[in-house]
Order: sequence, then structure tokens, then C-alpha cells
Amino acid sequence: MNLTSHEIRIGLAGAAVAALAATLPLFDQGYYLSISVNIMLYAALCTAWTLFSGPTHYISLATAAFFGLGTYSVGLWINHLPYPVLVGIAALVSASLAGLVGAATLRLSGVYFVIFTLGLAELVRQLVTWAQAKFTTRMGLYVFTDMTEEHIYWMLLALTVAVFITGWAINRSRLGFAMQVIGNDETVAKHVGIDTARAKIVLFMVSGAFIGIAGAISAPRYAYIEPPSAFNPMISFLVVIMALLGGTKRLWGPLVGVVPFTIVMDIVSARFPNHTSIVIGLAFLAIVYFIPNGVTGLIEQARAKWQARQTAVGEEKAA
Amino acid sequence: MEILVTGILLSGTYALIALGLTLQYGVARIMNLANGETLVAGCFVAFWLYASFAISPIYGLLIIAPAAFALNWAIYRFALRPLVNRAKNRGMLEVDSILATFGLLFLLQGLMLLSFGGEYFSYTFLAERFVLFGSAYGLNRVVAFAAAVVIALALYLFLYHTRHGTAVRAVAADPTSANLVAIDVARTAAFAFALGGALTACGGALLSTFYTFNASMGVVFTMKALIIVIMGGVGDIRGAVLAALILGVAETAVASLIDPGLTLAATYTLFILVLLFRPQGIFGRQTT
Repeated sequence: MNLTSHEIRIGLAGAAVAALAATLPLFDQGYYLSISVNIMLYAALCTAWTLFSGPTHYISLATAAFFGLGTYSVGLWINHLPYPVLVGIAALVSASLAGLVGAATLRLSGVYFVIFTLGLAELVRQLVTWAQAKFTTRMGLYVFTDMTEEHIYWMLLALTVAVFITGWAINRSRLGFAMQVIGNDETVAKHVGIDTARAKIVLFMVSGAFIGIAGAISAPRYAYIEPPSAFNPMISFLVVIMALLGGTKRLWGPLVGVVPFTIVMDIVSARFPNHTSIVIGLAFLAIVYFIPNGVTGLIEQARAKWQARQTAVGEEKAA
Repeated sequence: MEILVTGILLSGTYALIALGLTLQYGVARIMNLANGETLVAGCFVAFWLYASFAISPIYGLLIIAPAAFALNWAIYRFALRPLVNRAKNRGMLEVDSILATFGLLFLLQGLMLLSFGGEYFSYTFLAERFVLFGSAYGLNRVVAFAAAVVIALALYLFLYHTRHGTAVRAVAADPTSANLVAIDVARTAAFAFALGGALTACGGALLSTFYTFNASMGVVFTMKALIIVIMGGVGDIRGAVLAALILGVAETAVASLIDPGLTLAATYTLFILVLLFRPQGIFGRQTT
């Protein structure tokens, strides 16, 4: 491992931010902790989403399916297996589903993938409901643990950090390089001998596994799990909005969207519960028409313009 | 036999919805994920006309279709045309239109939730027995199917036997070449998008005569329509009709033989089979 000083500096800064975020539960145990858990959850989900959808530009709506599988893995076996094992199972189950979906759709054009993932959460929900009704007699599952909000918060924080480290490691690997080529021009990628479908499927599985883990971590928060709440399709859409709002070119881009949008959604769902769909709809439209590259895209554009002006001024002076 | 007939009766409305989507995606090149919301809007307007003015849903089509046409034309003209102009290639337009129609989906859904609430609606229209091949079916289902067949036939005649229809098909085949033979591609695309919306709304109005609907069920129908369109081949009328028949029968079979809660699983099984074996559609030709 040889790290440049730039990378070490970014790593240290990231570690400092994470350490600072980790102290939050010491200050507040009520409302602010609760909303911070939400923010941390969506931070983990959106970063994991961007891991795949950022470089490939494929809009995945499978988040709710992976998340639900994660919560269900915990709900089903919490009384039989230790919790860390369940988190592992959640990752495995979600990754396998991602592998299957990827194998069916990622060889074809992107539209098939979007359509397939659009109904995926609903499909898994139907299957789980049917299997539960058929093989057991109860509809919901109880999850009782000793975990409190702050434990969940710390675990989600650790998960987010893990996603970042993974993303960074992937960028340095052959897979990351392959994804860069694919993202720029898929035909070129195929011609230089990259197995594009395999690279995409592997990346989708990694992303899905992290989302499954996030679901497993959130399970104790619900206490009572049933299909409609575990496979809530809204999660998928919110993740897409937040990630795109922040910008998906950089892995930290989604964070910029997550913090404000979680707070806005919290206010909207508390004060105007009947208007949430309208707010989500307007958010999608605003992103498409006004900020197609996300907030980080806007910042980078402004910086590029500013730099161009600086150099132009410098040249004039020199002349 | 009962399953087959029920499935075919159901597939009439499915075909209309899918034809609407195939026009929008195949000709106007817009992947309209808010298609299901147009359908639900059709349901609600038909309900409203029937409950408040006692206008039969069949005559209601005469109001619903032009209204949906105008609304969809406006959506295309003002919301989607800028995206078409901005897009550098087809892939970019696809991503943009998917996101924009997501926005429309939630916006329309939210507006309908506000005005009608989240409950399920249904009304009684022609709820009489109609005997077919020795078993009884709801007369409303038979009438809805007949109306769907008439509309689909009219669409077929328009597309294959008129100048205007030929222009629409030309744009579907290749917009650049269509432009070269003096077809106004932009206008034809807007027309096709609006026509697709009108068809979908008609499908919704017919569906509402025998189906319990609510404001948030649109996505499921979008999903079914998308799968029918892919199964039939994008922009292919005959393919869409055949695919709708297959889907309608498969769904009814699963619902009555295994479990009514598994209809989406049936749809997905078909979808996976299509993706694995014929991603270009039933009648589609392999492209290189």
C-alpha cells in the first residue's frame, strides 16, 4: 500500500469527521438523535447506491428490496442466531438477489434494469407475504433486542465509513478502473477486453450487500416487522432523490443531498403528511430540470468557471 | 376454460394500456413511468362522471379521451420537449425522461391522493350475469373487453391505413430518416405521446367498470404495461396485443390456481423468461 500525502490528508479529515459524528449521542438522546439515525441511515444507503449507480448511470430502484431482505433476515432468526451472524446473512441474501437481478438484466440495456428494479420490492414483498401465510401462521415478526437508538446510530456510522473505504478500495482496484472505462464508453470497454456485464454485476452485488446490512441494522428499531413496512418502495425513491440531489460523480456527493433532504422530509411528513408524494414529485422534477449534476456538480462548475476567470485575468496581466 | 375467458377479458384493458405506453416509448421515445397515473386518472374521471352526472363510462370515453389527449400533449410539449432538445443521445434522454416521469408520477399521485383520499373506490355498472360457453361472467367485463377491441381496431386502422398513421410508424422506425421524407418528427412525436395518453386513460375508464381502484395503484399497472411492451417488442402493435393476452391469462391462472397475492410474481416470471430468451420482443428481429 502506498498512499500519497493527499490521500492521507483526506483519510485523516474523513476520520476526524466520523469521530466527531460519533460523539453526537453524548449530547442528545431525543429528537436530534432520532433524526440523526435517519440521516445516517440514508447516508449509508445513498453512498452504497452511488457505489453502483454513480459510475454506471443505471438508476437502481432495488434499494427497498435489499433493505427489506436485511430486516427480514434479522426478524426471522433473531431468537436462534447471534446478531452479528444475522448481519452477515443479510449481506449474503441481498448480494445473491442482486446477483440474480444483475444476471437477468445487466447484460441488456439500462431500461430493462430500471423496469426490473421498479417492481422488485413489490415482488419480494408478495413472495414473502405468500410464504409467511403458507408456512407460518403469523403475519409480522417481533424483534426484541437490548439495542438502543445510539447503538444503531454507531453501527450505521460504522457502515457508512465501511462503504467509503470499500468505494475507495474499489477505485484503486482493477474493477474500479474497468468501471471508469465502462462509464466513459461501454463499447470501448468491451473492445479492450473488459467483461462489462461481470464488472457491473459484481459492483451491484457489493452495493446490494451494504444495503442489506443497513436493513439488518435498522431491524431492532422497528421492533415489529411486517412486509408492507419492511419493503416500503418509498425508500428506493428517496435514496435516488437524495443521491442525485447531492451528485453522484464523487462518492461523498450524496451526503450533500442526504442531510437537507432528510430534514425536509421529516418536517413535511410531520406537518403535511398528505403532501409527501407531491414534495417527492417536485423534487424529482427540480433535479431533472435545474440540477442534473447535483449540488456537487454545481459547485464544481462554479469552481471551474472561477478558475478559468482567474487564469484569464492572470494572462491579461502577463500580456 | 373459465380461466382462459376471464384472462382474455382482462387482457383487453391491459392491451389498451400497453398500446398507450408503446406509442409513447416507441414513437415519442419517452419512457413514461407516469403512465399508470394516467390510467388511475381515467378511473377517477369515469367514476366521477358516473356518480355525479350519471354518464355511462362508455359514453364517458368521449369526454375522457379528448381530455387525456390534451393533457398529455401539454405534458409532452412543455415538460418533455426541453429534455428531448437537451439530450445528446438516446441514453441520456432515457435517464432524463425516467427521472422526469417519476416526478410526474408522484406529483399526479399526490394530487389524486389529496382530492380523493387513499381509500378504494368502485361503482356498480352493468353488474349482471352474462353467460359465455356455459359459465357466467360479469357483463361489465364483457362490455369493457368489447370496447377495448373496438378502440384497438380503430388504432390499427389508423396506423396502417392512413397517411398520418404511416407517418407515426415512420417516426417509430427511424426519426432521422422520417425527417428526410418531410415528416414533422417533433409534431408527430407530440401527437403519438398524446394519443398514447388518451388510449391509457380509456383503458383506465374501462377498467374502473369492473375493478376496485385507488389513488396509489398506478405503479403496478405501469409495471404490467412495461412488461407487455417489452414482451411484444417496443412500438409493435400486434406484439403488444398478443403479449397482453398472454399476461392476462397467466395472471388469472396464477390468481385462481395458486394465490391471488402472487399476480406480480407471475408477471415477473414472464418478464424474466422474455429477458432471457427474447429480449427483442415476440415478433422482434435480432439487432446486431
